[in-house]
Amino acid sequence: MESQFTGRSSSHLDALESEAVHIFREVAGEFERPVILFSGGKDSILMLHLALKAFAPAAVPFSLLHVDTGHNFPEVLDYRDRTVERHGLRLHVASVQDFIDRGELRERPDGTRNPLQTVPLLDAIDKGRFHAVFGGGRRDEEKARAKERVFSLRDEFGGWDPRRQRPELWQLYNGKHSPGEHVRVFPLSNWTELDVWQYIAREKIELPAIYYAHEREVFGRGGMWLAPGEWGGPKDGESLQTRRVRYRTVGDMSCTGAVDSDADTIGAVIAEIAASRLTERGATRADDKLSEAAMEDRKREGYF
Amino acid sequence: MSTTTNPGAIDAVDAGAASLLRFATAGSVDDGKSTLVGRLLHDSKSVLADQLEAVERASLGRGQDTPDLALLTDGLRAEREQGITIDVAYRYFATPRRRFILADTPGHVQYTRNMVTGASTAELAVVLVDARNGVVEQTRRHAAVAALLRVPHVVLAVNKMDLVDYAEPVFAAIAEEFTTYAASLGVPEITAIPISALAGDNVVAPSAHMDWYGGPTVLEHLETVSVVADPSDDPGRFPVQYVIRPQTAEHPDYRGYAGQIASGVLRVGDAVTVLPSGRTSTIEAIDALGRSVDAAWAPQSVTVRLADDLDISRGDLIAPTATAPAVSQDIEATICHVADRPLKVGDRVLLKHATRTVKAIVKDIPSRLTLDDLSPHPEPGELVANDIGRILVRTAEPLPLDAYADSRRTGSFLLIDPADGTTLTAGMAGHAFTDCHGWSGNNGHDRQMRART
Repeated sequence: MESQFTGRSSSHLDALESEAVHIFREVAGEFERPVILFSGGKDSILMLHLALKAFAPAAVPFSLLHVDTGHNFPEVLDYRDRTVERHGLRLHVASVQDFIDRGELRERPDGTRNPLQTVPLLDAIDKGRFHAVFGGGRRDEEKARAKERVFSLRDEFGGWDPRRQRPELWQLYNGKHSPGEHVRVFPLSNWTELDVWQYIAREKIELPAIYYAHEREVFGRGGMWLAPGEWGGPKDGESLQTRRVRYRTVGDMSCTGAVDSDADTIGAVIAEIAASRLTERGATRADDKLSEAAMEDRKREGYF
Repeated sequence: MSTTTNPGAIDAVDAGAASLLRFATAGSVDDGKSTLVGRLLHDSKSVLADQLEAVERASLGRGQDTPDLALLTDGLRAEREQGITIDVAYRYFATPRRRFILADTPGHVQYTRNMVTGASTAELAVVLVDARNGVVEQTRRHAAVAALLRVPHVVLAVNKMDLVDYAEPVFAAIAEEFTTYAASLGVPEITAIPISALAGDNVVAPSAHMDWYGGPTVLEHLETVSVVADPSDDPGRFPVQYVIRPQTAEHPDYRGYAGQIASGVLRVGDAVTVLPSGRTSTIEAIDALGRSVDAAWAPQSVTVRLADDLDISRGDLIAPTATAPAVSQDIEATICHVADRPLKVGDRVLLKHATRTVKAIVKDIPSRLTLDDLSPHPEPGELVANDIGRILVRTAEPLPLDAYADSRRTGSFLLIDPADGTTLTAGMAGHAFTDCHGWSGNNGHDRQMRART
C-alpha cells in the first residue's frame, strides 16, 4: 500500500517553527514566571508571533520585558506599544536612563548604552522573580552564541559560564534551577537571519518601517551609518547627509548602523540578505567589534 | 505612517521550502575536523567577508601567514588560547538544495559526552579518519557512539588523501575495515568518501586527483541523503506538554492538549489511550498551529482535542490504542554519563522522559562498556564522566517508555541531580547493540522489554 506520506514535503521553516513552539510550551509547563524579552526588533517580534501560535486560542501565558536603553528608534517604540495593546499583553520596562539618573550606572565615554543593559536586565529579572527569560538570540549571530544552549542556566549574578554548561540531549530540556538562578531560553537558536526573514514573509508579519529602505539623515562613524540623536551624534567633523538606507538589526541607536539599500519590500530584503557578503552583526553592530571576545565577555556578565 | 507591512511578491518564500538536515562531525585531534568544517563552510560560501577578515586578523596576530580556517569554529576564548575545541558548537549553512545544522563536536577522548550530545539530534554523522593512520581506537569509539545513538546515516571521511599519494588501495582498505566494524554494530548506512580537507578534494568540489573514485563529494552526499522517513511506519506517540484552556467567552469549553508528536501519525477519529492512567477516548480534532487538520505526524507541534473530558495533564502520553506502549517502573538502559560527579548504585535521582519528570533510584550498574572493543566490564560500581554503561533504574511512577531502538524520542531520558538540577546522564532504554560482542547478546530483548509490565 502506498503511504500518503511518501514524498511529503516538510520545509525547514516548518521544522524550525515546530521546534520553537515546543520550546515555548516546555517553558510554560515547567516554569512559574517566564517573561519574553521584547525590544520591537524582528527577532523578538518573531518570538512573540510563535508564542501566540503555541498557545492559541488561549492568551500567551507570559508577560513582556523591554530593556529600554533610552536611545530608541521612535518607530520601534510605537510598534512595541501597539503590539502590547493589540494582544492584551503586560509590558515591564527596565530603563537604563533611570539607572543613570539615580547614579547607579555611569554613561560610557563613547555614548554606547548596549553594554549598560545588563544591570537593569538583572534587576528586572530579580524584582519580577522571573525564572525563565526568553531571548531572541540566534547561534548564527556570533561565535560565542554558537556555543549557547537552548536552555542556558545563569547563576545568581546572571553570569554565563561556557565551560559549565549542561549538555543538551535530544529534545529533553532541563529547566531545573536553584533559588537565585534563572534560565535564559532561546527558541530561535537554530534559525538564521535568512530563515527569520523567510518566515516573516511566509507569515506576513508586520515589522517596524526601519527594516525597509527609506530616506534618512545619517552620518558616518567607524564604517557605519548612524542616525543622529541626543545620545551624542553627530560630533564635530561628522556631517549629516540624507541616504537611502535600512536596518538589519534594531538596538541602541548609538551602536546600530544602517546599511545602504533599495530594498523596500520583503522580497527585496530577502534577495539582498541572500547576496550579502557581510553578517548581520558585522554590518551593523559596533559593540561586537570592541574585541575578539566582546560577546563572550558580555554574556559572562549576564548579557543575552 | 510609522510602520508598514510589506506584502511584496516573493520567490524567496519558496526557498523556505528546502529541507533540513541535522548532522554531527566526529574526529580525533589532528584528523583535520576543523579544517573540514571550515572548508565546508568556506567552499559553500557560508563564510562571509567580515568573518573571514576576523579570522585573517586573528591568524596574523598569531604569526600565521595564511588564514587558519579552524578559527572559524573555535568560539570561546579558552578554545582560541589552547587551539582546541572544548564544547559542542552549532553551525548553520545552506545550499540551494538543503539547509544544514551542524553539531560540531570535539574529538578528545574525554569529550565522549559531547559527541553523544551532538549525535542525539543528528540524522547523519561524519566520522573522520587520517588516511595515514587508518581505523584507530578513536574511530571505533566514534562508530560505537553513532551506533549507540542510532544515527541513521554514517559518513566515513578518509582525510589527508594527499599525504598518501591519493592511492586507492589505502582508501579501500580503510573503508572495508570501517564498514565491517560499523555494520556489526548495527549502523544501517555507511558511505565512505576519500578527501583532502586541506586541498579541498571531494569536500565540495570533486577531486582531480582521484579519478578512481566515482561517488559523491561530502557536500553532495549531505545534500542528497534521504532523511524523509515514512512516519506511518512508526507507532503514534504524543507526550502532552501543556493543557490549553482559554476559558473565554469565545472558547468557553475549549480543552486542548498541546505537544509535539514524538513519532508516528495521529488522525482524527483514532481510538487513543492515555498513559499511564490507561483511560481511552477518540481524537476529535487536531489543530496544527492555526489550521484544523485531519492528520498530523512527527515532528509537528499540534494541539489535540479528545471526544471525552478526561483528566489529562502535562506528562501524560496519548497513543493510538492499538499500538500503545506498555508502562513500567523498572527501566533497563544503556547510558552515557555526562556529569563530573559519578553515578553510583543507590543514587536517588530525577528521571525526565518526554514531558514527565519523576523520582527514581539507580538499582544496579551491571556493566561498563569499553568503547574501543565493546567489551563489558561487569559491576564497575560507579560510572564517571564520559563512561558508557548499563543501568537498572526504578521509578516512583510507571512510565510509557519505548525501546530507544524503536523510538529515539520516547526511548530516551535524562537523569537529573535533584539537589542542584545538574544533568547527570543520557539514557537509552533497552539494549544498545544488535550484535553479539558480548554486550547485549540478545536480539529479541528490546521487544521483550516493551511487553513486560
